[in-house]
Amino acid sequence: MSLNIIVLAKQVPDTRNVGKDAMKEDGTINRAVLPAIFNPEDLNALEQALKLKEMYPGSKVTLLTMGPGRAAEIVREGLYRGADGGIVLSDRAFAGSDTLATSYALSAAVRKIGDFDIIVGGRQAIDGDTAQVGPQIAEKLNLPQVTYAEEIISAEDGKVVVKRRIESGVETVKAPMPLVVTVNGSAAPCRPRNAKALQKYKYAAAPSEVAADESRKEFISKRPYLGIGEWSAMDVEADLSQCGLAGSPTKVKAIENVVFTAKEARNIENNDVELEGLIKELIANHTIG
Amino acid sequence: MANQNNLIVYCEFEDGKVADVSLELLTKGRQLADKLGVKLEAVVAGDDLKDIEKQIFPYGVDTIYKAEDKRLYPYTSLPHSSLLINLFREIKPQIAFMGATSIGRDLGPRVSSCLHSGLTADCTSLEIGDHTDPKTGEEYKNLLYQIRPAFGGNIVATIVNPECRPQMATVREGVMKREVRDSNYKGEVVNLDVNKYVNPEDFCVEIIDRHVEKSKVNLKGSPIIVAGGYGVGSKENFDLLYQLAETLGAEVGASRAAVDAGWADHDRQIGQTGVTVRPKLYIACGISGQIQHIAGMQESSIIISVNSDPNAPINAIADYVITGKIEDVLPKLIKYYKKNSK
Repeated sequence: MSLNIIVLAKQVPDTRNVGKDAMKEDGTINRAVLPAIFNPEDLNALEQALKLKEMYPGSKVTLLTMGPGRAAEIVREGLYRGADGGIVLSDRAFAGSDTLATSYALSAAVRKIGDFDIIVGGRQAIDGDTAQVGPQIAEKLNLPQVTYAEEIISAEDGKVVVKRRIESGVETVKAPMPLVVTVNGSAAPCRPRNAKALQKYKYAAAPSEVAADESRKEFISKRPYLGIGEWSAMDVEADLSQCGLAGSPTKVKAIENVVFTAKEARNIENNDVELEGLIKELIANHTIG
Repeated sequence: MANQNNLIVYCEFEDGKVADVSLELLTKGRQLADKLGVKLEAVVAGDDLKDIEKQIFPYGVDTIYKAEDKRLYPYTSLPHSSLLINLFREIKPQIAFMGATSIGRDLGPRVSSCLHSGLTADCTSLEIGDHTDPKTGEEYKNLLYQIRPAFGGNIVATIVNPECRPQMATVREGVMKREVRDSNYKGEVVNLDVNKYVNPEDFCVEIIDRHVEKSKVNLKGSPIIVAGGYGVGSKENFDLLYQLAETLGAEVGASRAAVDAGWADHDRQIGQTGVTVRPKLYIACGISGQIQHIAGMQESSIIISVNSDPNAPINAIADYVITGKIEDVLPKLIKYYKKNSK
C-alpha cells in the first residue's frame, strides 16, 4: 500500500552557534548574522518519511513549511534528499504567530493538501523549543498523535506502529491513520543529499523566486517538477482573525537581554601552587573528599 | 460547580507515586493561589488512585479531581486530553500547570489548542503581575507572567495571555522547589465519571509494549557535578571530565552545545531543556554560560569555571575562575586531589 506523507519542516536560525553579534543593542535578534538551517529534528522526521517511501513503493513525500519566501530553501533541501514535492506557506498575515496561530495556518494548508495518511514533523524547533505545533495541528485536524517517536516501524492495514522514546524508557504504540507523528532527535539521522536529485532539482523555485529572476521563468515553466508550491493565507482559506498576532493568545510582554549579577569571583591562576591551594581549600571545607 | 477560576495542576503519577515535578508545581501553585486569593486544585487520571490524596493534600490542595479508570493508565494523548478539555470547560480554571515531561508536553498543546488558551513551554519562573497592552492601553490585573529563556537561551522573555483562559504553562522537573504546606491539610476529593469526559473513540491508540529503562545518569542526586561545554573542544578532552568526575566521585553533565556536538548523551544535558541541578559543587569546563544553561545550575552552592576565555559570561556567577585550557587544568586538579585526599 502506498502512502501520502506530509513532512512539516521549519527553517530556523542556527541558535546553537550564536556569536556575540547575535543580539542588537536594543535587545532584539539580529537575524541577518545567523545562518538559516533546516530544523534538526525535522530532518529526523524527513528520514522517517523517506524510509516509509522505501518500504511502501509508490508513496509520496510532500514537504510543508511556513515562513518567508526564502523558506523555499527547505523544500529544495528536502527534494535533494528524496522528497517528491513541497509547499511554502507564506503570508504577511502570519507574522508574529505564536504556536497556536502557527498550527492553525499549517492545519489549513494540510486541509488544502487533503489526501494524506501520515503527517510527520520534528518534535520541536531549536528557535522556540516548545514542541507544541505538532500536537496542536493534530488537535485542529481532529487526528490522533504520537510524539517523541524514534522509529516508525510499519504503516499497514490502516495502522502505524511507532517506537517512542520517553523519560522512563521506550514505548511501542499502534495508532490508526491518518495521524500526526513528531520525531525525536534520537531517531536515525537524515540521509545526505542525493547527487542525482541535486542535479534534477537545483533550479526548483517558488513563484516569488521566479518572479524575482525573470531569466528562470521559461526554463521552469517547461519543467513542471521544478515548481515549488507557494500558498498565501487566502489560498488556504485561513480566517485572518486566527492568524499572526491577532490569532495568538500569548503575547510577549517583555524581552530582556541576559545580564548576570556578578558575584565576587576569586581568580585562581593556572599554576601548580594556586590549583593545589584550591583543592586543599575545597577538601578542608568538606566540599570535596 | 461553585468555585471557579482557581489554579489547577495536572498531576502525573507512576507506580503509585505522584511525580516530583507535579509536587513542585503544586508548591508553586499554592504560592500563586494565595497571592490571587483562589483555591489550589489538582487533577489526576489513571488506574488505582486510592490514597493518592494523601500525597497531594499536604501541598495545600483544596480540591482533587480524580479520574480513575483502567484505560487511563498508561498515559495516552486523547483520553487525557478530552478529560482535561471537558473538565476545564466545566470548572474554568484561570491558570493550569503541567510538567514539561513527555506527558505534559504531549498533553498541554492539545488542550490549549482545543480551548484556544495559550501555553508557554518550559517556564523557568512564574509570577503574578499586571499588564498594560501597549497598543490599546487596556489594563489587565493579576495575570500569570510566564518567564522563560528563548531563542536558544540568548534572551529571557516574559509571556502573558491577556484574554484567553486558562493561562497554561509547563515547567521542567527540578526548576521549582518542592515544599509541603501542612501535613494535615485536607481538601475535598471529587470523583469524576470518566465516561462523561472521555469518548470511547479516544482509546484508539494502543500501547503494545512498554519497556521501562531507568536512566543510569543521576545528575539531580549528585553533590558534585563536572560539566562540559563547547569550549572543551573535543571528545578526547571530554574524557578528562570523566576522569576528574571519577576521582571526585562526581557525575558528568553537559551543556546543550556539547550534547549537540556529540560529546555527551542527552540525559546529561543541564539547563532549561535538560535537567536543573543544585549541587554542592559545580565545575563548569569550557562552558560560556548561555542563560539557558545558567537557568539549570545557578543555584549550585559553589561554582568553579574553567575557561580559556577570561570574559566568559559564566565567570560572572562563578565563585572561582580558572583561566586556562581544559587539557592543562583538569589533569592538575586530578593530580592534586589524589595527592591531598586521604
